[in-house]
Amino acid sequence: MIGITSYGGYIPLHRLSRGEFLRAWGGFGMPGERAVANHDEDSVTMAIESAIDCMKGIDPEKVDGLFFATTTSPYKERLCASIMATALNMRRDIRTMDVTGTLRAGTTAIATALDLIKAGSAKNILVAAGETRLGAPGGDFEQIVGDGGAALLLGDKGVIASIEGSYSISDDFSGQWRADGDEFIRSWEDRMVYDEGYSRVLPEAISGLMKKYNLAPGDFAKVVYDAPLDVRRHARVAGQLKFDGAKVQDPMFMTVGITGAALTMMMLVAALEEAKPGDKILFASYGNGADAFYLQVTPEIKKAKERRGIKKHLESKRILDNYEKYLRWRHLVTIEAARRPEQEPTSIAALFRDRKIILGLWGVKCKACGTPQYTQGGSIGSTTPIRVCVNCQAKDQFEDYCFRDKKATIFSFTHDNLAASVDPPSTVIVVDFDGGGRGVFDMTDRDPDEVKVGMPVEMTFRKLYHDPARGIHNYFWKTRPIRC
Amino acid sequence: MESIKDKVAIVGMGCSKFGELWDKGSDDIIIEAAYEAYEDAGIGPEEIQAAWVGTINGMGGVTLSEPLKLNRIPVTRVENFCATGHEALRNACFGVACGMYDIVLALGVEKLKDAGVGGLPVGRGFHPVMESRRTGPGTFAFIATRYFHTYGLTPEEGKRTIGKISVKSHHNGNLCPKAHLHREVTLEQVVNAPLIAWPLGLFDCCGVTDGAACAILVRAEDARKFREDPIYIKGIGLSTNQILPHFEPNFDWIGFPMNREAARQAYEQAGIKNPRKEISLAEVHDCFSITELINYEDLGFSPQGRAKEDIDAGSFTLEGELPIQPDGGLKSFGHPIGASGLRMTYECYKQLQGKAQLPERQLKNVKLGLSHTLGGPPQVACVLIVGNSLG
Repeated sequence: MIGITSYGGYIPLHRLSRGEFLRAWGGFGMPGERAVANHDEDSVTMAIESAIDCMKGIDPEKVDGLFFATTTSPYKERLCASIMATALNMRRDIRTMDVTGTLRAGTTAIATALDLIKAGSAKNILVAAGETRLGAPGGDFEQIVGDGGAALLLGDKGVIASIEGSYSISDDFSGQWRADGDEFIRSWEDRMVYDEGYSRVLPEAISGLMKKYNLAPGDFAKVVYDAPLDVRRHARVAGQLKFDGAKVQDPMFMTVGITGAALTMMMLVAALEEAKPGDKILFASYGNGADAFYLQVTPEIKKAKERRGIKKHLESKRILDNYEKYLRWRHLVTIEAARRPEQEPTSIAALFRDRKIILGLWGVKCKACGTPQYTQGGSIGSTTPIRVCVNCQAKDQFEDYCFRDKKATIFSFTHDNLAASVDPPSTVIVVDFDGGGRGVFDMTDRDPDEVKVGMPVEMTFRKLYHDPARGIHNYFWKTRPIRC
Repeated sequence: MESIKDKVAIVGMGCSKFGELWDKGSDDIIIEAAYEAYEDAGIGPEEIQAAWVGTINGMGGVTLSEPLKLNRIPVTRVENFCATGHEALRNACFGVACGMYDIVLALGVEKLKDAGVGGLPVGRGFHPVMESRRTGPGTFAFIATRYFHTYGLTPEEGKRTIGKISVKSHHNGNLCPKAHLHREVTLEQVVNAPLIAWPLGLFDCCGVTDGAACAILVRAEDARKFREDPIYIKGIGLSTNQILPHFEPNFDWIGFPMNREAARQAYEQAGIKNPRKEISLAEVHDCFSITELINYEDLGFSPQGRAKEDIDAGSFTLEGELPIQPDGGLKSFGHPIGASGLRMTYECYKQLQGKAQLPERQLKNVKLGLSHTLGGPPQVACVLIVGNSLG
């Protein structure tokens, strides 16, 4: 039996009321709110958040492949799945792949992973999606899209939902697209976009699947299928294919927005959170063709570990108080640069040497005195930043010690108005990790007024800065209040 | 290990005008400080046998030999964060103490105001990723947060306590002709000033300043050939920590071990048992008001956790029991990094000679002066004690 063995989800903390777009631009304000990635989040960080959620309690060494699905990769030439594999402490002899270029990147990755497992090339493959699509300011799309991520672990042991069959179509019509260099979604006249695209091709794939496996609309306990930017088209598919509207999984337009390549995976996670053994689930996504699957929930779902998933992340939110902040966070307006010294160009060599420390938040624990310690700032050029114990001065007697999954407590803090920040003030905190170890980190997703000595925090993988001089996205760990 | 006490004397000092010297380059202020020192010592540049220059932005010894046209004598640039000025003097001191040279010069200089940005022009810090957002105020704010928390001060009480330090230093600096800032401030202005890095506001931060200061040193036995009132080195302590105490488990953030260690070394060499009683005046590293507060405790002027009582009592004002920052300190005189240790020494030197610029600034009954710098993120401290008589 091959299928889903674990799941995880992520929705950024901040939500922007669609009324804010109306306030800014006039015209037509849509109902509800959309999720907005913080300024330090992108498709990679949100996919990692989802992957961490999915992998909680699971040994990363067991994973044989990691596929990253997105249409908003921060890089054109540079594998992001490998960034994620380092951050997640996966083995070196694994398959890594970024699936991009289509809104069904997530299901394409899943279909490929299933075939690899079926062929015996891998036992467990993690598929993680993250998306931060942009609509141009003033248009409908910026209101409609949302940011988020989801992850599914696929394997052949401990399957909570087996994947019983699939059906795919390739279709070259593309009514919406982004070309190389495009920041925003482009669109053809929308009647054709949906009539010839989503509304024709997705039902064709779903019908094809049902015909192939001799399924009827009433067989499914949950129907999880993609939603396009015109979300009304989503409801019409149910009518077209005679699905009971009550069984159709909500595409979260009112709460999150349409999250592109991550959407159907997020919806599937939400469906699995409510699923019961024996449920049949239809799962389909669209993007220059369509992929459709049918899943069978197993009794193993009762053993599924507690996840933040979609439900808890949906409840945990902070209303972003203005649209201007959104523009700033997405770098859609030119903001006067902080009058601070220019940053020195990032050293690829230093990032390479310290990749475990930076991306994996690895420190060490002294075998002589037992003190866990994170690097003391690390002189640039040191390949093993800690060789002498900060506590007992024992030399080279360390074992690796990972801090990323440790909770911590604020020991001291500041809100720095002088430091350059996209979301000033820059909150920097000194923390004591549970189990020992001291560190200094930026704090994100915080309300400055809530920050206190003694406050519990957790680690979150974020983009520390983008170095425009060398085109490098610098990822690192920050702290945040315990999310949920 | 021998003590440096009474082995070396300062026979000439100079200090440039401190400030935002838009119309002066670093060469101009080097010359201003050095020629005042030459004149004070009664010698010419040709008599200098070796020199040390302290600056964080220089380029080798030529930083000094070029403007002063020091004729092919050995010149060494030293750097040790904010203790850089003290380091120039410390190394010069050893140069004469060991007998290799008879007359040496130590000069500290910094031209900070060419950066085009406010605050100290520090960039990314010490790690390509991890320290991308560090600033001076942000780093020292951790101390204030933790100190307030540890001793149960509300943010308001804490801000008023450290605010009084800034009020005092602005008052002292206002009296000092060469100081950068000439402005009295009230406690209300200090506590209500714009926040730079919570809880530190604008007036909790020292001046960012251009300036230079210079000393000429000889062996103690030769000192009276140069002048009637040489000032003797009584003790020099220097202590460095790991690059960042930030990551050191159990570091309490309410004081610095290297402060205490540098003071211990200096007091031991100078034979000081009770610094509060024996030191006549002190210039301590007040990059931020909270730094001055913890220095009171680290250097043994106030018991640990009780600096507030001394601040409230006015113990460290010009009229107090132990005047601290009589020239306004980094806060008001300014903080050109490489110059600061020497500028502090200049104030001690002049006060101990009874020659404070403007007679109304002159302190009474002064015997020993202490200067102290604390540098890095922070990780290095230097304490220098000088006196006006042997023994």
